[in-house]
Amino acid sequence: MSSSAADRRTIARIRGLTHRYGSKIALNGIDLDIPGACQVGFIGPDGVGKSTLLGIIAGQKKIQQGSVSVLGGDMRSGIHRRGVCSDIAYIPQGLGQNLYATLSVNENVDFFGRLFGFTSAERLERIQRLLEATNLLPFADRPAGQLSGGMKQKLGLCCALIHDPELLIMDEPTTGVDPLSRRQFWELVKDMSTSCGGMSILIATAYMEEAEHLDWLVMMEGGRVLASGTPAELKARAGTATIEEAYIALLPEEMRYGHRVFTAPPPICSDSGSAIEASGLTKRFGDFTAVDNVSFSIPRGEIFGFVGSNGCGKTTTMKMLTGLLRPTEGEAFLFGRPVEAGSIEIKKRIGYMSQTFSLYGELTVRQNLDMHAHLFDLPMDEVPARVAEMAEQFGLTEVMDDRTDRLPLGMRQRLSLAVAAIHSPEILILDEPTSGVDPVARDHFWEILIRFSREHGVTIFVTTHYMNEAARCDRVALMSMGRVLACASPAELIARRGCTTLEEAFIRYMEDDIKMHSGLPEVDDEPRSIPFMVAPERKRAQGGLFDTGRLAALARRETMELFRDPVRLITSLIITPFLLIVFGFGISTDIENINFNILDYDQKLWGRDYLEYYSGSRLFNEQPAIRSHLEIEKGFQESEFTFVIEIPPGFEKDIKRGRSPEVGVWIDGTMPFRAETTKNYVETVHLSYLTDLADLSPVPAGFSYANVEPRYWYNPRVMSRFSVVPGLMAVVLLLVPSMLTAIGVVREKELGSISNFYSSPMTRLEYLWGKQIPYVVLNFVSFLILVAVILFLFRIPFKGSAAALALGALLYIMTSTSIGLLISTFTRTQIAALVAAFALTLVPSFEFSGLTTPVSALTGGAQVMSWIFPARYFLSISVGTFTKGIGFAELAWNFAYLIGYCIAVQALTVYLLKKQEP
Amino acid sequence: MKRKVWHIYRLGLKELISFRYDFVLVALVIYCFTIMIIVPSKGTGLQVRNSSVAYVDEDCSTLSARIIDAIQEPHFKKPRAIAYSEIDRVLDNAECIFVIHIPRGFQRDVLAGKNPGVRIDVDATAIGHARLGAGYLMRIINDEINTFVTGVSTEADLPIRLVTRVLYNQNRENSWYMSVVFLTQMITMLSIVLPTAALIKEKERGTVEHLLVMPLLPVEITIAKVWANSFIVATGAMFSLFFAIKGVIGAPIHGSTVLFLFGTVVFLYAATELGVFLATIAKNMPQAGLLSMPIIVPIGILHGGTTPLESMPPLLQNIMQFAPTTHYLEFCARVLFKDAGLGTVWPQLVAMALIGTVLFIGAMYRFKATFR
Repeated sequence: MSSSAADRRTIARIRGLTHRYGSKIALNGIDLDIPGACQVGFIGPDGVGKSTLLGIIAGQKKIQQGSVSVLGGDMRSGIHRRGVCSDIAYIPQGLGQNLYATLSVNENVDFFGRLFGFTSAERLERIQRLLEATNLLPFADRPAGQLSGGMKQKLGLCCALIHDPELLIMDEPTTGVDPLSRRQFWELVKDMSTSCGGMSILIATAYMEEAEHLDWLVMMEGGRVLASGTPAELKARAGTATIEEAYIALLPEEMRYGHRVFTAPPPICSDSGSAIEASGLTKRFGDFTAVDNVSFSIPRGEIFGFVGSNGCGKTTTMKMLTGLLRPTEGEAFLFGRPVEAGSIEIKKRIGYMSQTFSLYGELTVRQNLDMHAHLFDLPMDEVPARVAEMAEQFGLTEVMDDRTDRLPLGMRQRLSLAVAAIHSPEILILDEPTSGVDPVARDHFWEILIRFSREHGVTIFVTTHYMNEAARCDRVALMSMGRVLACASPAELIARRGCTTLEEAFIRYMEDDIKMHSGLPEVDDEPRSIPFMVAPERKRAQGGLFDTGRLAALARRETMELFRDPVRLITSLIITPFLLIVFGFGISTDIENINFNILDYDQKLWGRDYLEYYSGSRLFNEQPAIRSHLEIEKGFQESEFTFVIEIPPGFEKDIKRGRSPEVGVWIDGTMPFRAETTKNYVETVHLSYLTDLADLSPVPAGFSYANVEPRYWYNPRVMSRFSVVPGLMAVVLLLVPSMLTAIGVVREKELGSISNFYSSPMTRLEYLWGKQIPYVVLNFVSFLILVAVILFLFRIPFKGSAAALALGALLYIMTSTSIGLLISTFTRTQIAALVAAFALTLVPSFEFSGLTTPVSALTGGAQVMSWIFPARYFLSISVGTFTKGIGFAELAWNFAYLIGYCIAVQALTVYLLKKQEP
Repeated sequence: MKRKVWHIYRLGLKELISFRYDFVLVALVIYCFTIMIIVPSKGTGLQVRNSSVAYVDEDCSTLSARIIDAIQEPHFKKPRAIAYSEIDRVLDNAECIFVIHIPRGFQRDVLAGKNPGVRIDVDATAIGHARLGAGYLMRIINDEINTFVTGVSTEADLPIRLVTRVLYNQNRENSWYMSVVFLTQMITMLSIVLPTAALIKEKERGTVEHLLVMPLLPVEITIAKVWANSFIVATGAMFSLFFAIKGVIGAPIHGSTVLFLFGTVVFLYAATELGVFLATIAKNMPQAGLLSMPIIVPIGILHGGTTPLESMPPLLQNIMQFAPTTHYLEFCARVLFKDAGLGTVWPQLVAMALIGTVLFIGAMYRFKATFR
């Protein structure tokens, strides 16, 4: 501890801060002054409001009530936030939440470097330095998604530090990180604060022993500050030796539920054979061996701990034990039966809890428990009691009717365990069940586990990063780089390395292994000569309202992500022409081959002669004749024909006598367009017969006094494809681009990387345009392909202004990608975004664009809709330039509309996109 | 077996709860089943309705006025007068589809038997309207002239009279049929997108793994998705049938709504399986959106509703027989408008069930291959 808190300037001043989620109070009237230029820890169990408080200080969350001033300014003020956001770095909870999984380590850091406006030389130098300091340099080209948890946190730190923040905020950075990496991480933090003295670091942590080393602590409980001060002060006040004890001592009486020191009774010796057995398990992913020849045997009722650094193959081994992954070599047995068989009966005897939270966020705690109880076939009448019992055991009673995704991490972990244990399984396979769970709850948790094991003979296979937990296991296997280094009881492991604690023994084992295998010098003894930061030589460009450098960085990142997903890239280029071709052939109003039928009651020559006019026309297609009226309806119902002509009895005789016989025509009217066309065709054929008849007879039929003559412009043969095919461009260039961008923002919301947007100086417009530009370019390429398809496949000549078409297409693509972004902004889930993309483009693009119904003939709501959706403007441009042969002058209004439209959609999107979490 | 049904029921229930929480999604589904059916079916149509006509009347005679007056709704909007120099502009801008040009001295020439010309300029890019509309206009104009000259309508004493009766929809009211077409489009879109997205979400969140470790079969997981999403869509469809199609649009639905519901469920079986199948191919949500597009859009548009099947190239017609939507639309038309019974629509039901089962087997095969 360098100096007392009093000497330091206050970095954050909080007064009366209250925050609610729905009706739940997360923060309840907090008053706090946080000293700067030191390391400040926030400790307390799950759900006391640590994350919310840090989020508000970082400017991520909107302040609901109270005041917060950080770095000498009010955080309610957007101007202040924009001014200080490049001085604040924020690493959210959860491993690698704000990283881009498909980008490499190097590219991730580089992106942040570009975002903060460093030149390429500066970036190179800084990235090199940061990666070296964090030992990430050998992994510079590995995608972030494939890093281990500890490495992800280090990478997160690199990304946060690239812009020399004054204030670094980390929300539970070491949760789920193994002891070795954790130690390295804290050393990094220590070096960091010494090498850049002025930096203030705020850390939330669930590890009380880590809190010991911090300069100043804030203990929180129930949305309030329990106590704050230096660790020494706090310990003195509580009269305890450790922070953990101090915390518990300072808790109000009723909160110290079930906390006591306990020891595990010896395991029940059972001779019933092994519950879990692995023999020579090996798993390779390509060249990479994740698990290398692992064998062990776990007797029933034993608690077997699996310990190792992040990414050493623990999870993979577990997945093979549960049958989720097929081993490359070797076999796993549960209750003496090979897992491969994966029978339902065996699955019922296992409870599994995966590392990542995998329960249903939209369901309440009760609904989750209920559902699993039923899925595991608990007798119906026992379900409510069992659910209540589990809730009681795991301390979930209070939150039973809360939505799971609104619970803090630790609470969710408890629920996961409760779910895994709800059917009283004989084997529990738990992947880091306690990461992120506070110490009191963790003790409680282990008490339950030990009771399961000792009283019910449940075999427990558990991985953990907490060494005090591993110490409670009957046996522990140490794993590193896919291999089991040692497997023995905790006491024996400690003794073998001559250490005093399991943590030390673990680290020793790991370091020995690393030395042996890589031949590298021991990492941690190496004096860190590399400084984290050099004094910033130049002040970075402070966030103006628009910065092309940041925009370029965003667009570049989006492009890289697109290229990392070749399926998406290629599909999007193929789909557009595919749809155009399919609809180009499929949408046609040129009706031919209409099926018809004859009902000839006369059966004479003239009648047959008359009918010959219909059968001979290429418009019609004669079906086998019917005999009576009764068959008409049946034929219509089965859609065998579209119309029937009835020649009445005495037809020939009547004509000869000039008595004008009536020819009856029945038309199937279900499809009105077809019915109308049919009616018109029938009348035309009828007239042509009459005209021919008139030549033979003296009756002057159809004589006209004037020569009425239609002239078909642009498309003399009135072929629908000449207008449909160019018009389809307006359809597909709305459908595909908007779908491509519709997922963009909402996906970041769901996956968590949106926090970079909240905490970095990028403005809303930069963020949106960065997402948009790659897709505008991509779709413009699609447009060029479309033009080629129209010219060469459909052989439709181009008559008008090419420049007008190209500019129109560009504007239109900008508009449709903007619509996609708008969708992405107002929806909350990716599912909703998908549905919205279809619902807002599918029908409007076909129906309100003028493709099928000319826009001048639209009525009512449809007419309004055609003004609202942009397709009609581009359809005018594409059909205009292709078929009508016109250019800018005639189409000017359409361009003006598109520009105005695009601006309006963008403005609305910017308005709806919030720079802070609600 | 009883247990399996219970599992499927519980898993499906979870889907419904998740759906209910997403307000934006619920609002979108309602929008799809109301506005997206009512507005386009009332305001659009392929046949000649509300077609826009302009005229250049250089004659300004009784005859020319009578011709203009004869151009009436519902085929045409009230014609508007323009100057000769404006003809190119109104056609280029698609403001009007037809321009009638009556030359100077027209009435005089008609009466003198000089057989003068009337020109109709047609914007032939207005498909559907161009040829039919021009035909109507020619007939109207000829009729007017004949009546003007002879005092009687031409139709009166033809040697053969033609009596056409249009069944099921006497006035060829477009909105009736189109509302059902749009309903099938919305059903298709939702019944494919919803299960695809729900399954991809489980994949992205890792909950599928969680389910697979439990004593559940992939079949149970799949069928749960199918029933829950079918339930949502079928509810929406019935609501739409009664509220939007019968209520607002006023289409005469003669057929059995129970049979319609049954056929809809069979269709949903096929469509939701298609969605599940897609979800086993796509790796993430952006891919799912993109891959579903070349399926949903063609089968939703080319099933014969937008333009008739008969107008398509034979190859495409044959391909469309493999799309469940083609059979579904046919089913709907037969049941809802022609009051067909089970005896008439069984081929469609069998076809949809067959397609669904093939997709089901494919989806199960892919499911095991990708999630294991």
